[in-house]
Amino acid sequence: MSLENLMDTSRIKWINSPGPDSDIVISSRVRFARNIRNVPFPHLLSDNEAKKIVNDVYFTLKENPVLSRDIELYNMSELTAEQKTMLSEMHLISMDLANSEKGAVIVNQDESISIMINEEDHLRIQVMLPGLQLEEALKQIDKIDDLLEEKLDFAFDEKIGYLTACPTNVGTGMRASVMMHLPALTMMDKIGQIFSTISQVGLVVRGIYGEGSQAKGNLYQISNQITLGKSEEDIIQNVVSVARQIIMSERKTRQNLSGEARLRLEDKILRSYGILTNAKLVSSQEALSYISDVRLGVDMGIIKDLKPSVLNELFIMTGPAYIQEISKNATTPLERDLYRANFIREKMQK
Amino acid sequence: MLCEECQMKPATVHITKIVNNEKTQIHLCEDCAKEKHISLSTGLGGFGFDDTGFSVAKLLSSFFETPSKTPLDISDDLECSGCGLTFQGFSKTGRFGCSQCYNTFKGQMNPMLRRIHGKTVHVGKVPKRTGGQLRIRQEINRLKRELQEAVNAEEYERAAVIRDKIKELEQEENSF
Ligand SMILES: [Zn+2]
Ligand SMILES: [Zn+2]
Repeated sequence: MSLENLMDTSRIKWINSPGPDSDIVISSRVRFARNIRNVPFPHLLSDNEAKKIVNDVYFTLKENPVLSRDIELYNMSELTAEQKTMLSEMHLISMDLANSEKGAVIVNQDESISIMINEEDHLRIQVMLPGLQLEEALKQIDKIDDLLEEKLDFAFDEKIGYLTACPTNVGTGMRASVMMHLPALTMMDKIGQIFSTISQVGLVVRGIYGEGSQAKGNLYQISNQITLGKSEEDIIQNVVSVARQIIMSERKTRQNLSGEARLRLEDKILRSYGILTNAKLVSSQEALSYISDVRLGVDMGIIKDLKPSVLNELFIMTGPAYIQEISKNATTPLERDLYRANFIREKMQK
Repeated sequence: MLCEECQMKPATVHITKIVNNEKTQIHLCEDCAKEKHISLSTGLGGFGFDDTGFSVAKLLSSFFETPSKTPLDISDDLECSGCGLTFQGFSKTGRFGCSQCYNTFKGQMNPMLRRIHGKTVHVGKVPKRTGGQLRIRQEINRLKRELQEAVNAEEYERAAVIRDKIKELEQEENSF
């Protein structure tokens, strides 16, 4: 169980495989919160009880002939703070899990499945796929959930459904979300308006790296807020249909740019491209903005010969903890910015 | 859109609260949201698992701010036999201690769930083993719909098979 395997971004499915509408939707994610009946929730667990849950979950999955060769277990207590932050930059764990000594995560080879153990709930099962494919993610997570349920007694109430540590997750225990790249809507100041509309249909939006107009990298996550009183399929349909509308308006906004606005955008994109391919020092915050610009350039056909997967990769690999982890010798912020700049240049020249 | 609280900065945080089955929308700027403890997770590693992006415990305590006299504050002294949590303890953290808490605080549950979700009854997935009678009931309902289809299509042989299955399940349900 080496962390280097996990860091190898070439095996990560959502980064490398094409997905539907992946010019705008970077990834789709479905998460189930599950708890074991008659065992206190993680924050009240003793170390031994916590360890037992980790083992029970791990060995249940290990009994499955297909999964057993595919999964690895990582205990939070065995990782450094930087390594844990890196896993959260890679969307494999939450910072809540990182901060829990009792926590563990099980990840599969292509990193599309991650099962956090002893986070807020005993289990947080996640499936993450490229592009807009929430329905497929639901299908896959359903199978993993069924498999676990054969051996584990999940806390379930006939009236209110799956029981969770926080009542905001009760019912389906499901959170369905899409990560969207919305540079044109952000640039044209249309994002606030769209988001207030979204909140009227029970969805929540947030910037992935900062909020609103300050959202670095123009990346946003849209997810359901309500988990009770609707079926999993209905919740997902709601998120998908809203995502489709946003995709359309982002595309339209991109196409409608003309005259000076178009010229200025092309200039900005090519400048960002120039910086990423030439700069000596790049900070993680700058990197996000430039990567977003270049990604837009690729999607609009302004920049050719660059694969979108490289930019997905760079979104992750230029994070502070990831850079720190691969650049063993870079100890100061300056050295890390130097390392990052070199790293980006190399990736973009391939 | 301006922040409803300070009326100065643009509202970037949009929250839907459901109070007594009615949707209320709150639009706040980041600072005011923070002040209201709807802490946004920002920075790198933000695309984590905290899902909705704000601290749920804090958000939850904002649900309790409603001035109406709700049953929420009645049984402060109830204590969960499974984990020892009191309702007051829960209101502070927004987290239950164990799955039994849902039973312990049953009296407070419906108004709270209605406020959070607008609904109080689960209609989604049911686990095979711990789903109890609910799973059987759902299966019976599904088969009844199938039966109706079969009858409509005049597929009487199929209908007979389905009818037997329903009988079998109904017996199983009654044996619980
Ligand atoms: Zn404000
Ligand atoms: Zn309890």
